[in-house]
Amino acid sequence: MNTLSNNTDFLLSIENLTVSFDGFKAVDDLNLYVDENEIHVIIGPNGAGKTTVLDLICGRTKASDGSIKFHNKELTAMREHEIVREGVGRKFQNPSIYEDLTVFENLELSFPRGRSVWGALTFQRDTDVTTRVKEIAEMVFLDTLLDKQAALLSHGQKQWLEIGMLLIQDPELLMLDEPVAGMSVSERKQTAKLLNEITKGRSVMVVEHDMKFVEDIAHRVTVLHQGKILSEGSMAKVQADPKVIDVYLGH
Amino acid sequence: MTSIKSFMSRQELIGILVIAALLFVVMPLAMDIFRLNLFGKYLTYAFIAVGLVLCWGKCGILSLGQGVFFGLGGYCMAMYLKLEASTPEATAIQSTPGIPDFMDWNQITALPWFWVPFNSLTFTLAAIIIVPAIFAFIIGTAMFKRRVGGVYFAIITQAIAAILTILIIGQQGYTGGVNGITDLRTLKGWDIRTDEAKYILYYVNGALLIGVLLLSQIVLKSKLGRLLVAVRDQEDRVRFSGYDVSNIKIFVFCFAAVLSAIGGAMFTLQVGFMSPSFVGIVPSIEMVIFCAVGGRLSIFGAVYGTLLVNWAKTTFSETFPELWLFGLGALFIAVVLIFPNGLSGLYRSYVAPLVDRIVSVRPRTGRPDAPPPAAGFGAKTTTKPAE
Repeated sequence: MNTLSNNTDFLLSIENLTVSFDGFKAVDDLNLYVDENEIHVIIGPNGAGKTTVLDLICGRTKASDGSIKFHNKELTAMREHEIVREGVGRKFQNPSIYEDLTVFENLELSFPRGRSVWGALTFQRDTDVTTRVKEIAEMVFLDTLLDKQAALLSHGQKQWLEIGMLLIQDPELLMLDEPVAGMSVSERKQTAKLLNEITKGRSVMVVEHDMKFVEDIAHRVTVLHQGKILSEGSMAKVQADPKVIDVYLGH
Repeated sequence: MTSIKSFMSRQELIGILVIAALLFVVMPLAMDIFRLNLFGKYLTYAFIAVGLVLCWGKCGILSLGQGVFFGLGGYCMAMYLKLEASTPEATAIQSTPGIPDFMDWNQITALPWFWVPFNSLTFTLAAIIIVPAIFAFIIGTAMFKRRVGGVYFAIITQAIAAILTILIIGQQGYTGGVNGITDLRTLKGWDIRTDEAKYILYYVNGALLIGVLLLSQIVLKSKLGRLLVAVRDQEDRVRFSGYDVSNIKIFVFCFAAVLSAIGGAMFTLQVGFMSPSFVGIVPSIEMVIFCAVGGRLSIFGAVYGTLLVNWAKTTFSETFPELWLFGLGALFIAVVLIFPNGLSGLYRSYVAPLVDRIVSVRPRTGRPDAPPPAAGFGAKTTTKPAE
C-alpha cells in the first residue's frame, strides 16, 4: 500500500498529515488509510499521537499540514458538526453523555433529524424515532433502562450508551477512543461482541491499550510512535515486529 | 387536554394556574393600588429572571448584562412616550418647542434621526422586540462562534452593561443622561398615570408574563429544551452529534434578551420613567440573584424568587436602610451554600411530593421501574425460555 494508490479505493485516506503544537510535532507526516468495513486499531505508547489523530479527523484539532479525505471530500476545512453530518462519528475517552437526561433522551438527541434550532423546536417524537431508539438500546444492552437517568448508569453502561448515541447517527466511520477502559472482564467481552456486530456495513477506528481486546477485534493494526507509523499490518505481524516489541510491547 | 399534555405535565399546569391566580385574583384583592403598582414593577423583573432560567439555568450561559436588554426595551418605550408628551403646545416655553425637554436643555435644536421613527407606536412595539434581539444576536455571534464561554462571557456581558450605562449618561442630549427619560404621560392619548390605567397596565403585564411562561414552557418541552441541558452538560458531545452549538446558544441568548426587553417596556409604562440605573452592572447582577433565589432551573421559581427578593428589598430598606445590602449579600450566600436550587429546589424536595399525593390518583410515571442493571443484562444475554 503506497501513497500513489488511487484514493477512491479507501473510505478514509490521510496523507502527509502533520500537526505541531508550539513546534512539537504530535503527528508527523502521517499516511493512513481505512478501508470500507474494516476495524482498524491504532496502538502505541503514551504520547504517540493516537488520540490526536482522531481529534484531527473529527475536526477538534486543526491540522498544520496535509489532507484528510473521507469519500474523497476534504475534512480539514470543515467544522465539527459538518464532519459529523458527512458520516463520521466520534466517541470520547471518558464517557461523555448527558447525565441529567434519561437514556431515551440521550439517544433521541443523537437521532439525526432536527439538527437546526428550528428543527429542534418542531421535532416530533414519532414512531420512527421511538422504534429506532429502542432498536439501538437493545443493541447496546440498555433496552430495559430507557427511562433511567443517565447519571445513574454504571461506567460500562455509560460507555455503551455513548456507542449507542453514535450508532443511532448511522455513521460510515465510527471512531472509538479506548472503548473498554475501566470495564470489567465480562463487559469487555460484550463490547467486543458488540463491535463485531456494529461493524457490519461500516468502518471502525479504535484507539486501545488492551492488547487482548485488540486481538479480538482488529482487522488491521497501526502502531504509532512519536507521531509516526512504526509498523502496520495484521495483529500477528505487528506483534512479531522487533521495533514494536522494543518501544511498546516489551520483551 | 391531550394537546396541553404534550408540553405541560400536571404539575406544571398547576404551577401556571397558581401563578395566574396569584397575579389576577389574590394580589389585586389583597393590595391597594400603590402596592399593586409596586408589585407590577417587580413582575417586570420576572421577565428577565425567566429568560435567565433558560439561558443560564438550562443552557449554562451566565449573562451578567441582562440589564442591557431590559434597558433597551424600556428606552424604546420611553422614547415613544416622551415624544408623545413633547407636543409643541406642551413645550412652548422651550427655545425649540416640540422636542423632548432634556434635548432643549442640552442645546439640541432638532430631533435626532434615530428618535424620529419612535413617533410611531407600531414601530416602537416592533423595536422593543427587534432591537434587543439584533443586539443579542451580534453579541452572541461574536462570542459563541469563537467559542467564548463561561466566565469570559459573563465578564464581557458585564463590560457591555457598563459601556451602555456610560454611553447613556455621556450622551445626555440624546438620552436624558443620568436622569433618564422622565415625565411620561400618555399612550396614544390615554393617561398612564391614573389609578385606572395602573390597574389595566398591571393586568396587561400579568397576562404578558403568563404568555411568556407558556412560550418558555413550549421551548423547554421541545427537543430544543433538552438540547439546552445537553449543551450545558456536554457541549462537545452535542457538537459531535452534528449540531451547531453556537446557533443553539445564540438562539437562547436572543430569547432571554427579548423577554428582558418586554419586561423593560412594561416597566416604563407602569413606573413612568426609564433611567440608566436599570441598565448597569449592579442591577444586572441583582437580576441574576432574583433568578438564583427562585431556582435557576424553574421558570415558575424565577417568578417567585423575583417577587420575594424585591418585596424583601422594599420592606427591609424601608425599615433598615443601611442593612439592606448586607441582607441581600447574605441571601445570595445562603442560596449558594444551603439551597443551590433555590425556592423551586425546596419546593421540589419538600412540597411537591405532598401536592403529588393530593392531586394525582395515578402513580407517577417516568420513574425507573426497570429491574436493576445486572438483572437486565442477564435477561438479555443468557435467558432463554427454560422449557
